[in-house]
Amino acid sequence: MTVLSTHGLVARYGDFQALYGVDIDVAEGEAVALIGANGAGKSTFLRSIMGLMAVKPEMVRLDGQPIGGTPTDRMVQKGVAIVPEGRRLFTGMSVDDNLRVAMDQADRLGRTGGWSLERLHRLFPILKEKARTEVQNLSGGQQQMVSIGRALLSQPRVLLCDEISLGLAPKVIREIYAALPEIRAQGTAIIVVEQDVGLAQSASDRIFCLLEGRVTLTGASSAITREQIAGAYFGGSHAVV
Amino acid sequence: MQWFDALIQGILLGGMYAQYALGMALMFGVMRIVNVSHGDLVILLSLIGISLASNFGWGPFTVMVALVPLAIALGWLLQKVVLNKVVGDDPLPSLIATFGLSIALQNMMLQIWSANSRSLPGGGIESQSIQIGGIYVGLLPVLVLTFATALTWGLDLVLKRTRFGRSLRAASADVEAASMSGINARAVYASATAIAVGILGFAAVFQSLRSTVAPADGGAQLIYAFEAVIIGGMGSVWGAFIGSMVLGVSQAIGFRIDPGFGVLAGHLVFLLVLAIRPQGLFGKV
Repeated sequence: MTVLSTHGLVARYGDFQALYGVDIDVAEGEAVALIGANGAGKSTFLRSIMGLMAVKPEMVRLDGQPIGGTPTDRMVQKGVAIVPEGRRLFTGMSVDDNLRVAMDQADRLGRTGGWSLERLHRLFPILKEKARTEVQNLSGGQQQMVSIGRALLSQPRVLLCDEISLGLAPKVIREIYAALPEIRAQGTAIIVVEQDVGLAQSASDRIFCLLEGRVTLTGASSAITREQIAGAYFGGSHAVV
Repeated sequence: MQWFDALIQGILLGGMYAQYALGMALMFGVMRIVNVSHGDLVILLSLIGISLASNFGWGPFTVMVALVPLAIALGWLLQKVVLNKVVGDDPLPSLIATFGLSIALQNMMLQIWSANSRSLPGGGIESQSIQIGGIYVGLLPVLVLTFATALTWGLDLVLKRTRFGRSLRAASADVEAASMSGINARAVYASATAIAVGILGFAAVFQSLRSTVAPADGGAQLIYAFEAVIIGGMGSVWGAFIGSMVLGVSQAIGFRIDPGFGVLAGHLVFLLVLAIRPQGLFGKV
């Protein structure tokens, strides 16, 4: 059952067009990976869904309802949450307070779901240990866990993850990706933007490859070959649409 | 003893400045808005308070009870109608908007109340004094400092402990990330300005009790609030409080050195802090 879908999604920064009609969909409990080179439009795609770019209503649908361009806080209310690129934690606030902000708002917006602080502490035990530490004093991996936790406590139906492995040690990356199955088991749909193709393949059901604002490859993650990805990633004669 | 007396008088004077500075620190801290009309809002509220007192025969604390909710409503409206349209990464639009508002407010007040100086009759509390350990202090300045301390403490507590306070701090740290967590930044901003101007409701009563007010007086109040916030460190509530004390004490000591030197001494300390520690005494780099 498709939860979120985009239809001919177009986005631009002034005169520069970043996305040229992107169609991507994700179903309940499914993980979809979005890969592509720098500047392919991956982050722009997530920002467009999240109401951070001007897009037409019918370009983004949640449960079939047009919701494109809805203000970001209202998107959270509708059940879409994002782990933004660069984590974007609230500096000067403790781990607990960062998480509490999301819980406060979920409460205010009337969002309920399976995520609680206790459950998050079971998923990432270090967050309990560091509860009172200000977030700028955490390691990169710990910060990423706070950022993921903050998004989960919004009780999302769709979770968007923007390069959550960026700048982290391989061991930490494994630890973070190990959390995805539990999130999916909840029925949450996940869209991950990932630079590491191998990681993207292993963590997702389906892959979409973006090149210069267009989808150049799509298919089941287990069926796609490295050659196909190489062609779609860099373009040229191998591009498969 | 003379210098100890100056220190005490300076701290009491700082209590008045703290009541201006708190709201300014809050607005700057959360929205990066420097509200140029801050002083004019104090004067506007003072004049409204004086008119209420003379028309209904109210005492100063009855006026305060009426004025604070009015100030809260005024702040909320100011944010909704004007500031939410100009707030953003660029500080210039809000600076220009509040500068324009400042001029408009001054002219409006001149039209309604004329250029005459007025004050709020306090029924005697403005001239009472109490003796503490060999020095005499005015009852009114002590009340002002008490209110200033309570307001600072209360605001700090709200920021640290409440849902609203967390939203404010989150929006202050990263407004886009705050919206990604479901925070409606504009609603939070409206509440922040409502609180900032609401505090001026208290300040207006005390200001018009301790001296006279006239429509053109706003600029001086703005400067003191601004200096206190800079000395203490932009955006920190207790920083603004301590900054106000430093400013008050500098002025009081300056007055003891030479009666004409007091205000200038405050400005010099402000410039000194700006030169040596531009982030303020309690500011983070």
